[in-house]
Amino acid sequence: MNSVELFTLSITILFGALISGTPLLFATIGEIFSEKAGVMNLGIEGMMLIGAMSGFAVWFNTGSIGLGLLAGMLLGGLLALLHAFITITLRADQVVSGLAVTLLGGGFSSILGQPYVGQRVPTPFTIALPLLGNIAAQQLTLVILGLIFAPLAWFYVNRTRPGLDMRSVGEHPSAADSLGINVYLTRYTYVIFGGMMSGFAGATMSLITDPGWVDGKTSGLGWIAVALVIFAAWDPIRGMWVSYFFGLLRRLPLDLQNPALPLISTANNPSVGRLMDMLPYIATILILIIGSRDSIRRRLGAPAALGTPYVRGERGL
Amino acid sequence: MKLNGTNYRLRVEARLDNPRWIGLASSVIGVLLALFVGGFVLKAAGAQDPVATYKVIFKEGFGTFADWQAGVNALATNTSCPKGKLCFGPLSDTLVKASPILLTTLACIIAFRMRLWNIGADGQMFLGAWAATGVAVFLLPKTTDRWIMLTAMGLAGTLAGVAYGFIPGFLKARLNISEIITTLMLNYVGYKWIEYFVVVGPWSIGDFESTGRFPAPATWPRLTENAEKYPITAGLTVHPGIFLGIAAALLIAWILYRSRWGYEIRVIGNNPNAARYAGISLARNIILVMCLSGGLAGLAGMNEVAALRELNGRFSRGYGFTGVIVAWLARLNPLAAILVAILFGGLLVGTKLIQPQGIASMLQGVILFVVVGTELLFHYRIQLEKVEAVMVQKAEGVS
Repeated sequence: MNSVELFTLSITILFGALISGTPLLFATIGEIFSEKAGVMNLGIEGMMLIGAMSGFAVWFNTGSIGLGLLAGMLLGGLLALLHAFITITLRADQVVSGLAVTLLGGGFSSILGQPYVGQRVPTPFTIALPLLGNIAAQQLTLVILGLIFAPLAWFYVNRTRPGLDMRSVGEHPSAADSLGINVYLTRYTYVIFGGMMSGFAGATMSLITDPGWVDGKTSGLGWIAVALVIFAAWDPIRGMWVSYFFGLLRRLPLDLQNPALPLISTANNPSVGRLMDMLPYIATILILIIGSRDSIRRRLGAPAALGTPYVRGERGL
Repeated sequence: MKLNGTNYRLRVEARLDNPRWIGLASSVIGVLLALFVGGFVLKAAGAQDPVATYKVIFKEGFGTFADWQAGVNALATNTSCPKGKLCFGPLSDTLVKASPILLTTLACIIAFRMRLWNIGADGQMFLGAWAATGVAVFLLPKTTDRWIMLTAMGLAGTLAGVAYGFIPGFLKARLNISEIITTLMLNYVGYKWIEYFVVVGPWSIGDFESTGRFPAPATWPRLTENAEKYPITAGLTVHPGIFLGIAAALLIAWILYRSRWGYEIRVIGNNPNAARYAGISLARNIILVMCLSGGLAGLAGMNEVAALRELNGRFSRGYGFTGVIVAWLARLNPLAAILVAILFGGLLVGTKLIQPQGIASMLQGVILFVVVGTELLFHYRIQLEKVEAVMVQKAEGVS
């Protein structure tokens, strides 16, 4: 293999990382919004699953990818609304409620998605680009959408009035309340927004990045997103970078099967490939270890009221 | 509000006490509400009549009254069950399912009591199953005495679980890393670990994605082995694993309610700051409890492979999550967990044959939601109160 071929191959792999990292990007940034407002939603996995299933189902019956993405977004938001009601209005434990969201999303998607397992998938509309060759236009559009979304999200959180309101509700809800910000409404809004982004992320997986529906489609990606939020120190731009990095890790076992890769190809050794599948999960633990050493940054990033319900008129944060 | 000519009003006040019946009521209402909501989903999913579906689940999970009666008669006369049926078949299957559920539930209970969210019982169970398999198939000779073999497998499974639980415990205690995420990630690592060994890796036999049948001493004795002496037991696969679970439940109950360590665990769970001021070491307890929790889950893994008699690529996922629900429904009480685990065993057996397959998971999600969601409501007392005529006049006078 000569150097030109190697260069083209690396570009392909990197672009692949952008594609497979983009669903993670939307889920991670969605969760950043929810946590910035003070509500931890561990149900990302469930919301992604319901989004992936419903998105695929709607596309299958209408033929429109746009409608599919919209459906995924709506159902993800609906599940998040349930979480918001349980944790904000009924003040239940956010950890347990988040687990329930995941179980519920997994169960519903498995039941309602039964007819769609192994069905035909959207045919990509390919366009030819220099260096990358033939790629699906949907994937390119999605990557660009993600690249626009992350900076916008950063700007919204750090430079706008509603973003400031959101942060103050997550940092010090009673102070925010006394300034006339509606704490409950704000929290509801961003929990639902986070859910919509998770649902959207799921739908992009079943329709664009890894087309098709199977049970447990997202295979733990939602949980990885929860960890990425911590590592990204609740910063959307950092969230974008780590999402792409995990996109690379997620594709790595596949890329390494390419016999053209010199030295490190696993084409002749499938059992090593199985071990490679552990990489994203082990890497998640490793980045948490690395992140924990940086304790000052953590203190700067984590919303102070994260995980605690707000009760108007009661003492506390 | 006017009722029969008298004025009433609703009065909502916080409860200061926390009576025992509330936990029970919330759990029972949770299950009933979950069944109700589940009925709508079943309808939407195009299943038959939901009530009929629930009847089938119950019948498959626990058997019918007629079967039970026939079984008791056959037992009294020491004959086999009439018409070639298994009178206690569903109950036997349910107990087989209930024993790993009970063990993972106890793993969750001991951790949750300290507000330590071990969601990784699944992965710890996988590692336990892996270690027990290693001992049974590759370490000890095939002719080892059955009880020595099973004890060795149990020890290996428990130790593997302890080691796997130690990792998140250590990371939480020393670096304050969320145990929720590490235990979850280790679940997936556990799944892949088993896949590596039995699907394509060193332990697979041919293309079967399995270690092959265990040697006889490495399997639980089943009740059906006594069929010659007691014909009623023919075909019943129930094994002593459920007693292992019950013994573990008694042990955990003793630790929690009768030992000093259990007291420390409960204090930390109720108020970590109070515990710290009282000189209770948080870090030490976090690590110890995660090890105990992982050990129980590892034992569940050994119990499961000894019942399945092989380790294969389809090794059962999800017991760890079922354990979370059962723990919550049992209000983190290890003795109540025995009953709830058996009920859930029945639910899993009953839903196995039912299409679509995700029903068990969906019902579990709804149950958890309802149980955790209704908790707050039970902390308030809602009363209808007669409003005295004088007060009404006063109120009207003001407005």
